[in-house]
Amino acid sequence: MSILVDRNTRLCVQGITGREGSFHARMCREYGTQVVAGVTPGKGGTTHEGVPVFDTVAQAVEATGANTTVIFVPPPFAADAILEAVAAALPLVVCITEGIPALDMSRAWRTVRTSASRLIGPNCPGIITPGQCKIGIMPGHIHKPGRVGIVSRSGTLTYEAVHQLTQLGIGQSTAIGIGGDPIIGTTHRDAIEMFNRDADTDAIVMIGEIGGTAEEEAAEYIRQHVKKPVVGFIAGQTAPPGRRMGHAGAIISGGKGTAAEKMAAMRAAGIHVCVSPAEMGETLKRYVH
Amino acid sequence: MKIHEYQAKELLRGYGVAVPRGRVITEAAEAAAVARELGGRAVVKAQIHAGGRGQGGGVKLAATPEQAAELAGKILGMQLVTHQTGPEGRLVRQVLIEETASIARELYLGIVLDRVAACPVFMASAAGGMEIEEVAAKTPEAILKEAFDPDAGLQPFQARKLAFGLGLPAAALGPAVKIMTSLARAFVALDCTLAEINPLILTADNQVVALDAKINLDDNALYRHPELKALRDLNEEAPLEVEASQYGLNYIKLDGNVACMVNGAGLAMATMDIIQYAGGSPANFLDVGGGASSEQVRHAFQILLKDPAVKAVLINIFGGILRCDTLATGVVEAARAVQLNLPLVIRMEGTNVDQGRKILADSGLKVIVAEGMKDAAEKVVAAAHAATAH
Repeated sequence: MSILVDRNTRLCVQGITGREGSFHARMCREYGTQVVAGVTPGKGGTTHEGVPVFDTVAQAVEATGANTTVIFVPPPFAADAILEAVAAALPLVVCITEGIPALDMSRAWRTVRTSASRLIGPNCPGIITPGQCKIGIMPGHIHKPGRVGIVSRSGTLTYEAVHQLTQLGIGQSTAIGIGGDPIIGTTHRDAIEMFNRDADTDAIVMIGEIGGTAEEEAAEYIRQHVKKPVVGFIAGQTAPPGRRMGHAGAIISGGKGTAAEKMAAMRAAGIHVCVSPAEMGETLKRYVH
Repeated sequence: MKIHEYQAKELLRGYGVAVPRGRVITEAAEAAAVARELGGRAVVKAQIHAGGRGQGGGVKLAATPEQAAELAGKILGMQLVTHQTGPEGRLVRQVLIEETASIARELYLGIVLDRVAACPVFMASAAGGMEIEEVAAKTPEAILKEAFDPDAGLQPFQARKLAFGLGLPAAALGPAVKIMTSLARAFVALDCTLAEINPLILTADNQVVALDAKINLDDNALYRHPELKALRDLNEEAPLEVEASQYGLNYIKLDGNVACMVNGAGLAMATMDIIQYAGGSPANFLDVGGGASSEQVRHAFQILLKDPAVKAVLINIFGGILRCDTLATGVVEAARAVQLNLPLVIRMEGTNVDQGRKILADSGLKVIVAEGMKDAAEKVVAAAHAATAH
């Protein structure tokens, strides 16, 4: 079954006529995702590579029945794009954009949080249910349909985990990149709760990194509610404190948010924590059969 | 982005925060005149992007203008070592000459973005003048907190609550509320990730003054604050990091000898980790990003190679947005341009990987191709060891 996206997903692409939006909309379509609409203000009424383009998200939803949107809009306008999608009552909003000012997300979150929309991201690679629906920038071909759920703050490190699993013949139910920013719409805990309820997900891989306390919160949830095997990896075990390691949210601040703390909390919750990123797949294999 | 104390104070003054009078100088000869303007006595404060300056000997009290000049002469040009600079310290190029104050109490005020609540949180503590992390660790209940909406701002009733919680005398209530609401307005208006006044002092005559100020700005918001962008002090950043940022590359210099170029911050961190596990030492963190062009890859490569400590290079790329053929083209061009003679290990996966591998194979470049991260780490560490042994 998978979580959040499947072959019935009808995708709108905000920013479809831009360089990244255009490329990835095409890649998603080639994978098999139903890309039913694009939105670029001012280009409504045109088509882009066969996809009808609209001026607003509301118009796109009305005309095509889109039920999900992916946002490829530059940082100064991305929080607004999120709000527009939420105002159009889209159940799922996936924001790929990296570089949104933190306070813009703080402002937007007040609206998103009490809406009917689920936000994934921002600053995320997207979400994929292999064999059914790819939303975002991940390379589809490395994925394999299966029963392991993956949730990660990283993009390429997620692909690494997926690749290792696929090589071992272990497929994925859904892989969700939640993003590298400090304020994101869906947390590890949120995703794990969904995987826990999904009858077609048997095990979970959670990938985190330095900064914040999301992994500790997820660990506490897992300790209380999750019986399925969970494998974990934390990136940045060797990161120096006080430096922003690429992701806006990846910073050890005031001694908090270290990889060591996260790994300890995860182990205490019964998560099988692997120390080497090369062993995520092998570690899961040990606990799944 | 970090800024100096004197810059933070200037900004906060604009928002109505009471700060001491003072001026920043770069020549010791200017100190006496400034001290005279301030009434004869002054504090001489080193300006570097690091805390702990007082304990490191970078903050001194001058009783006379002549003493101010003498102290400025000592502090300017010193290699100031604090617990935040690393053992090599930081060269002091500027000092702030500031009026003295009579300190009755020292308090702490600070604002950060709470990731879980997704909003700014105003913190206040009666334990001023100390490292807030220490207070948070030992006596967390000593830190009072008020979350606030960025647009509504910190409400006066919230500021009063904090002021009463700090046990301030009634006469200081008004000024304290003003400073707190002003600090909160500044935090939002300037798009800060941190705004701290430590210590906030209560003077003998119930004035409330920001004796020190620290502001960190959200890099993602600088595009809409060109005047703040101009406050950047390149002298406080490592030269290679400055160069990398000019090309939109995320580069952090570390101490080791294995350079790495990776796409994606999580994978880059994990690559640093696995190099260390393989017995090596990463020379840097470098996230070449998702949409890097062939030219950017070349710039990344060239920056890595400018670090004289580097003995071997690992390129670990998992192509999503970044296509492997784009990477390979960039690597080939860069290697030729710099006449690369260091061992180069490449591990590639993902979008257009076959085209990428073909480009490398056809280039005639001497490249060690790795399969998987473990293999890549082991090969590059072995190469670095071998190169060091010669």
